Amino acid sequence: MVAIVDLPKDYPLKFRLGQINFDRTISSPKININIGNFAVNKDIDVQFGLDLAGGTHLVLEADMSKVEKADRVKAYDSAKNIVERRINLYGLSEPVIQQSKVGDSYRILVEIPGVSNIDQAIELIGKTAQLSFFEEATKSANEATPSSLAEIWPILTSLTGKNLKKAEVTFEPNTGEPQVSLEFDSDGAKMFEDITTRNVGKTVAIFLDNQLLSAPKVNESITGGKASITGKFSLDEAKRLAISLNAGALPVPLKVIEQRNVGATLGQQSIERSVLAGMVGFLIIAVFMIVNYGLLGVIADTALIIYALIVFAIFKLVPVTLTLAGIAGFILSIGMAVDANILIFERMKEEIRWGKDYLVALKLGFDRAFPSIRDSNISSLITCGILYWFGTGIVRGFALTLAIGIVVSLFSAITITRNLLNLIYKE
Amino acid sequence: MIDIIGKKWWFLIFSAVIIIPGLISLILWGIRPAIDFTGGTLLEFQFLNKETKIENSDLRRELEKEELEIGSIQQSGENTFLVRLKSLEKDKSLKLFSGFSATYGEIKQIRSETVGPLIGQETAQNSLKAIVVASIAIIIYVALAFRHIPKPYSSWRFGICAVFALIHDILVVVGIFSILGHFYKVEIDSLFITALLTVMGFSVHDSIVVFDRIRENLIHLTGKEFSQIVNESIVQTLARSLSTSMTVILTLVALLLFGGESTRWFIAALLIGIISGTYSSIFNAAPLLVIWEERSRKKRKL
Repeated sequence: MVAIVDLPKDYPLKFRLGQINFDRTISSPKININIGNFAVNKDIDVQFGLDLAGGTHLVLEADMSKVEKADRVKAYDSAKNIVERRINLYGLSEPVIQQSKVGDSYRILVEIPGVSNIDQAIELIGKTAQLSFFEEATKSANEATPSSLAEIWPILTSLTGKNLKKAEVTFEPNTGEPQVSLEFDSDGAKMFEDITTRNVGKTVAIFLDNQLLSAPKVNESITGGKASITGKFSLDEAKRLAISLNAGALPVPLKVIEQRNVGATLGQQSIERSVLAGMVGFLIIAVFMIVNYGLLGVIADTALIIYALIVFAIFKLVPVTLTLAGIAGFILSIGMAVDANILIFERMKEEIRWGKDYLVALKLGFDRAFPSIRDSNISSLITCGILYWFGTGIVRGFALTLAIGIVVSLFSAITITRNLLNLIYKE
Repeated sequence: MIDIIGKKWWFLIFSAVIIIPGLISLILWGIRPAIDFTGGTLLEFQFLNKETKIENSDLRRELEKEELEIGSIQQSGENTFLVRLKSLEKDKSLKLFSGFSATYGEIKQIRSETVGPLIGQETAQNSLKAIVVASIAIIIYVALAFRHIPKPYSSWRFGICAVFALIHDILVVVGIFSILGHFYKVEIDSLFITALLTVMGFSVHDSIVVFDRIRENLIHLTGKEFSQIVNESIVQTLARSLSTSMTVILTLVALLLFGGESTRWFIAALLIGIISGTYSSIFNAAPLLVIWEERSRKKRKL
């Protein structure tokens, strides 16, 4: 008996703290939260998946058949860079662009929330990247303030990305500073030699898809087809420049292999309906528990509300991207959270039927129901893990929300219920 | 006390009655895989001009004019249509919509999905893998969790019987969806696979609760017959099984009634699966343990 009463009472307290956090997150979307050593500092907002927010999901496949094996990783990075560049060109909001290599298939995943019609952008993505080299105007550009890049570098050379074999980050042997090395093929080497000879002391501009990448100054005529761009690069900057240059040097055709667009209205409807369904489901469970278990039911319902608040806070903090399947997973986990309480209460009823005193039955209910709660929930977690491992997209979202729900439900159904019961029966 | 084990064959026959039509349908008609698995295009759009009445046949004519291979055309709302195509190139889609709006007035694109055949195959393979791996993991986990069970009972049997109940539930759901697919054109998509895997989780969850009680009773009630112990364990956990299933079923019914169109069949699959899962854990998994035990006892005597 003492053991029950002495159980950690700081749990409800701790949670009250959590609740304050939770309330605060509503009023101010950007705050710092410190939970123990764990510090969170980011926008706290529910993230909706594309099926709820509306938007576009694209899977592109890079055709690597013409790229040598050794260069594929470079070409892959560049292809991703090109996709980013082109999507940003359209000013589409917060795109998520990821690489995903499946077997021999080099894929790029693109998610653009809120925008469902990006036919033009897709068309652009499919085009091959163009790397071009421009010479400075022959008359000194210093005389008048130039109004556009085309006025500074008006002369298009015949040197293109095709002549560039590869670009990579190297380090200046003397200073150790990062630089970008270029290697041209034999035609390119000849052309580059001509260009550099003509432009000693001037700059040569490198454009990718008509965007200026870099305009290094030519120090001397460069022969042999190997050059390096030096400057006060940070390692990151040098890497970025090399990747962009490689997009022109190792162009890979991109093909759309999957595309999903969801209109924003459909998403909004889905959110409203899911929220309604969740509330109705929750109410039904709450009533069912009170009808079946009386006061115990009220306690279980309280634990359930706390459970829902914790899970929702976790969704916001991680953040978990909520999709339709994810919401379904969450609502299902409510069922599992209640199951733990039902197991405990049914066990208590049995113990009372076998003649045990109410308070003893209370303790036995928890102790004896625990193995089944543990075993059954672990097996559900195993299923979630496997779903997450093999699944993609929606399946993963579902597995993640269900798993979070199960873990929190173990805590809420056992610890919170027990503490609430302790508070009531202490006297 | 209710005698469940005594009527075990009747319960198994009832399962067979539910499963066999689905199996026949599976053999005859198979399932209708969605574009998630086959690859293809799905378009949903609404004609905003309310005065024009558009029939499926009108759309079919328009689509055939563009020489598109039509999977199916469904009306999903007022002047709203869901069209499935074998494949669709980008430029054709633009042409198609401009053609539609020229004839029928303004249209709004609600959603469009295009899945390449390769991705479809991968999704199908991954789903199958997930189901197989999950089953094996569950057998191993149950065998481990029940390893302290008294001799001569084997903890592996518990795992295998739990998985048997799980296969039962998969067959029920897939079978019913095969029938629904044939008569109502219901398709199996990746959400359906998610539902199936959830059902598996729930099914084992339920079986474990019953098994757990059997384990406990095997230790406490040493004098009794195995079949008696199993029967008592089932009856003792019956109230819990029904209560839990009721809460889940009620939640699912709420989702079914109030949730959106897009998750309707997903919820339906869950609902069927969870009812089946509750049934199988009580009336299949535990009785199978008894049948297996009686068989091996006969062998021991021989």
